[in-house]
Amino acid sequence: MSSFQSKNKTVQLQEDLIKYFLIVAATISILTTFGILFSILFEALEFFKLKSFFYFFTGTEWSPGTVDSKFGALPIFAGTFIITAIAMSVALPIGLGSAIFMSEYASSKQRTILKPLLEILAGIPTVVYGFFAAITVAPFIVSVCKSIGVEASFNSALASGVVMGIMIIPVISSLSDDVISAVPDSLRKGSLALGMTKSETIKDIVIPSALPGIISASLLGISKALGETMIVVMAAGLRPNLSWNILEDMTTVTVRIVDSLTGDQAFNSPATLSAFALGLTLFIVTLVLNIVSVRMIQKFKEKYKMSSL
Amino acid sequence: MAKNKNTNIFYDPTLKKRHAKARYFKFFTIGSLAVSLLFLAIFLGDMVSKGSTAIQQTYIKVEVKYNAKSEKSYRKAVERKYLNLISRATLREIPMKIKNDPTLMNTTEFIWMLADDQVDMYMKEYYYKIKNKDLKTLEHLIKEDRVEKRFNKIFFTHGDSKTPEYSGILSAMIGTILTLLVAMVFAFPIGVATAVYLEEFSEQNKWSEFLEVNINNLAAIPSILFGLLGLAIFINLFGMPRSSALVGGLTLALMTLPIIVVSSRAALRSVPASIRQAGYGLGLTKVQVVKDHVLPLAFPGIMTGSIIGLAQAMGETAPLIIVGMIAFIPDSPSSIVEAATVMPAQIFTWAGMPERAYIERTAAGILVLLTVLISLNASAVYLRKKFEVKW
Repeated sequence: MSSFQSKNKTVQLQEDLIKYFLIVAATISILTTFGILFSILFEALEFFKLKSFFYFFTGTEWSPGTVDSKFGALPIFAGTFIITAIAMSVALPIGLGSAIFMSEYASSKQRTILKPLLEILAGIPTVVYGFFAAITVAPFIVSVCKSIGVEASFNSALASGVVMGIMIIPVISSLSDDVISAVPDSLRKGSLALGMTKSETIKDIVIPSALPGIISASLLGISKALGETMIVVMAAGLRPNLSWNILEDMTTVTVRIVDSLTGDQAFNSPATLSAFALGLTLFIVTLVLNIVSVRMIQKFKEKYKMSSL
Repeated sequence: MAKNKNTNIFYDPTLKKRHAKARYFKFFTIGSLAVSLLFLAIFLGDMVSKGSTAIQQTYIKVEVKYNAKSEKSYRKAVERKYLNLISRATLREIPMKIKNDPTLMNTTEFIWMLADDQVDMYMKEYYYKIKNKDLKTLEHLIKEDRVEKRFNKIFFTHGDSKTPEYSGILSAMIGTILTLLVAMVFAFPIGVATAVYLEEFSEQNKWSEFLEVNINNLAAIPSILFGLLGLAIFINLFGMPRSSALVGGLTLALMTLPIIVVSSRAALRSVPASIRQAGYGLGLTKVQVVKDHVLPLAFPGIMTGSIIGLAQAMGETAPLIIVGMIAFIPDSPSSIVEAATVMPAQIFTWAGMPERAYIERTAAGILVLLTVLISLNASAVYLRKKFEVKW
């Protein structure tokens, strides 16, 4: 009896130890998020002690290298916005169109072939896309523009935006595909029975039903485009440029972060610290986008009472 | 016939238009899929056409003189007119060669020497920059069959170099392996443990909900911010060596964590409750049920997710640049605290080089990286297919 109890005790102790280990492991993910938040936040606060917070968001001159350095990030935000917009205008129609084809028109055999092919696009490292943008797409755009008499930069926002769009296609198509497939079949059958054509059913019934999911996918795509680094580092410019001309060179938040952290300046110089201020902005924007995106998907799940998606 | 249609009260005069619209819409969806696949084809074709020539490298057969003069200056080792045609990097090794093998002294030898990158570009019919005088010598050599393209062993057996023809991807490959090793040693156990805790042990409360939201958010944070974390915490706070595989690996581990957690949870969830109930019915404790029954059954799924996470970490560049892993690394690192570089970072540095010969190297590096990534992903798919259990 006594040996039985003692064994139980060691078993109990073992169980507790394992459970504590699991809890500690689970906590690490939280530590990481807060680690990112605080490490960026503290350095960013350091930066805002040195430079004006207000000018950072409204100023139009960014000159970190000079003695009287100015940190007005508006042109950087504008460049990020424009490149993201170009990327989304490529990725959204193509991604959504592909998703509709795969979920509504393709046979299951076609799906098993096409889906992995699209996923290859998602698996290509971004540095490879960057090389493609800089070596192949940008010179192509320049030569096309030259032939119609327009001048384009080799670091044009267009080249990096289009390639970024290609990169985001699978993000949008795979999530939209899941959502569209999850729309109950009874809705489609009801619509077809009322005499709607297939495309009308898709446009007026299926897509509106799946809309929260599609918006969620787009937000995820936008957040991916905002945070994308390698493509813009290799194919977009370094110069903060407040312009609407997408054939000019532009810079983005991520490019400036990389540029200011790979230089030789001292770590606590405003030029280096500005990277953290930009990083903080990026963190907050992508976090908000992601939270909204998750909410949207949850709404969709509740609407159709699905447990997993 | 037309009369008939008009008397049919169900006849819709716009039907033809609507059907046409339906066709256009279908074409649009097919078209968009075709465009994305076309992009993939153009992209892969472009990389293969740019990178495949790097499989071969040009060699020139010349007479090498081993004597006191050439031991002092490698410029004296070959005839002057060939000097610009031969790779500086191999010429520089000649004094060393004499030192290591004194019997060579005062002998000459006809050997195949690695050609300069511009000669290589000329042979591969790319844009080249060779002086007219050297070009004449080269054409003469070609006529004598003393120029040859051979399999480019250097690319796979050497590290980075400032001379393009002598640069290879080996040190970046070893750096990648070390970095990923560090990443997986941390991310795999922690990720699986987190998944087990969330799926099997935690109760549905605010804390577990918070954990879940947190992991989802972690997956969506831009990778470059993980680099900022690595820089601020691992390097500045803990004082770990900059550009080392240790720092890079830890940074990647944090990025891979959410992927492993999410896929492991899905794998654990797919194990039916009856297995657990049978275990409890036989008097097993919760830990025993999880350790001996649920985990082994979920293991193929966990492995699949981890391999996909590994592949993603392998292609990551931005955070590693921030922690300094773009250093010039000619020799392979032998430990995780030495400065190292990884394959994507090597591709990035080569892509930024001005010499034309590096473009070929970059594309070849990309082909190597893509081959590894695609085979990793394929093995993940294979694992899933092979061990998938339908309950």
